[in-house]
Amino acid sequence: MKMFYRVVMVLAVVWLAGCSSTGGTKGGVAVEDHSGTGAEGAAGGATTTGVGAYGDLSIEALNDPNSPLSQRVIYFAFDSSEVAEQDRPLVEAHAAFLVANPTVKVSVEGHTDERGSREYNIGLGDRRAQAVRRMLEFQGVSPSQITVISYGEEKPAVDGHDESAWSMNRRVELVYVGQ
Amino acid sequence: MKKFAISLFCLVALLPWFARAALTIEITQGIEGAVPIAVVPFGTGGNRYTPPENVSAIIAADLARSGRFAPLPEQNLVARPVDIGEVRFQDWRTLGVENLVIGSIEPAGADQYRVQFRLFDVFRGRQITGYSLPASAEGLRYVAHRISDLIYEALTGQPGAFATRIAYVISESLNGKKTYQLQLADSDGYNPKTLLSSPQPLMSPAWSPDGRKLAYVSFEKHRAAVFIQDIFTGKREELAAFAGINGAPAWSPDGRNMAVTLSRDGNPEIYSMRLSDKTLKRLTVGPSIDTEPVWSPDGRSIVFTSDRGGSPQLYRMPVQGGRAERVTFEGNYNASADFAPDGKTLAMVHGESGKYRIATLDLDSGLLRVLSDGSLDESPSFAPNGSMIIYATEAGHRGVLAAVSSDGRFRQRFSLQQGNVREPVWSPFEKRD
Repeated sequence: MKMFYRVVMVLAVVWLAGCSSTGGTKGGVAVEDHSGTGAEGAAGGATTTGVGAYGDLSIEALNDPNSPLSQRVIYFAFDSSEVAEQDRPLVEAHAAFLVANPTVKVSVEGHTDERGSREYNIGLGDRRAQAVRRMLEFQGVSPSQITVISYGEEKPAVDGHDESAWSMNRRVELVYVGQ
Repeated sequence: MKKFAISLFCLVALLPWFARAALTIEITQGIEGAVPIAVVPFGTGGNRYTPPENVSAIIAADLARSGRFAPLPEQNLVARPVDIGEVRFQDWRTLGVENLVIGSIEPAGADQYRVQFRLFDVFRGRQITGYSLPASAEGLRYVAHRISDLIYEALTGQPGAFATRIAYVISESLNGKKTYQLQLADSDGYNPKTLLSSPQPLMSPAWSPDGRKLAYVSFEKHRAAVFIQDIFTGKREELAAFAGINGAPAWSPDGRNMAVTLSRDGNPEIYSMRLSDKTLKRLTVGPSIDTEPVWSPDGRSIVFTSDRGGSPQLYRMPVQGGRAERVTFEGNYNASADFAPDGKTLAMVHGESGKYRIATLDLDSGLLRVLSDGSLDESPSFAPNGSMIIYATEAGHRGVLAAVSSDGRFRQRFSLQQGNVREPVWSPFEKRD
């Protein structure tokens, strides 16, 4: 187990190094220069960076609507728990933030659409949340920062009984505890 | 801390109270060949008073709801006999009525009544059965349902399940805030009582075999936990609150063990908890979702939902765990099983071509029958006599309950005035004596 964390830590360091070396080229990954910029920096970066940007890693960034950290929902295909390629940068941005702020805790909340049975959907929501948890941990986030909860189909984001509602309800929400 | 105080304030677990809304029942598909029966309004034994409940109307409605009987409309009654001496069988024979019920309800002291009834075979001109039952004003509806049970059993040979209850979950949005309620009502939708109200989801109610307690899942502490609550005293106990999933409680038929789904070992697995000391025994292994356990009525095996074969299907394993065999093969989605009381049939959610409906599976022949016609039907639960299956469906974009006879010929719907109602579970036969 210890060995595992050591590997994760090494990976995390390598990954962070990778981030800083690519710097602004891959959409403004700014691990070293976040200290001086704060909220304005992130806001300024919003014009030039997309979803893939990690931007500011300070606590304030969480509440900045222009920071990628403001996006906290990952959507899934029907009966799938696979994080789509296009959502990976979003999860990675949160991972980087959590690594940089080890006292911050996040609740990873899995949800499903209403189809099928309720307890099976609890299982499916859990599987989605676990997929995101594993990604976060793989990026170096400490397991102690993460709680996983599945609400199944019990807390739909959108009421409705068609695909447009269902696609919004098959999701994992990252909820920062106490924020 | 503030959050905790708020949830305490919002949680009313101790005092059941009468809810404003009752479930109203509408028969949506009748049966040809329901047996005509006349239920004559009960007399008052010569006393000039109006009894607090219309007992004969409750009995007639029960019999109609069973789908097996067609009570004569009151305006078509040719006579209104109260005593056996006033009955002229010829009157009823000409109407084609096969059975006749007469009776009376008389005061018997402060707040006490004596209800008498007689059931006749019209063609033979003979009494089939008759009883005299005491009741308090509050107990009159229950006594009416007991009489319906006795009539139903005398005429069909199968025990009636009218003097039973259903538990269900209601979700409502009030001023933009969601509330979840766990409620109980009589089998005809009357006397709804709220057992628990919470701003966080409540789900998966399950009856104890003695009908005195409900197990359920509550997210009131912002994580899942399984509780057991006494429906009479309101007293409750937290049974399982491990990290991760705590769900799908199911009592063993002897009431000693509770099957639950826990993900404390990393993945949703089924465990059996001995209630006397809460020791856990893990019954399933593997990376699939294993959940929704139900015990066979003989207490020997557990049927559950698993996606170990790629899609959710039902499997059966011994209660000690071990090798599970797959029991459903038709359709790409079979989940949420319930055993018929005789253990020979399973009801389930059956998904095919994007429609989720209630189906039964005959375990001997493997014959699958789709009984419902919705597209988002779920949570089937057998009546304790096996005659009907209650389930959750959708009508007018709202969650409603429906019931279908286990042969699929007769359907009815239970609606609320507002809010969504779901996860119905039919109680066992009640032992109130």
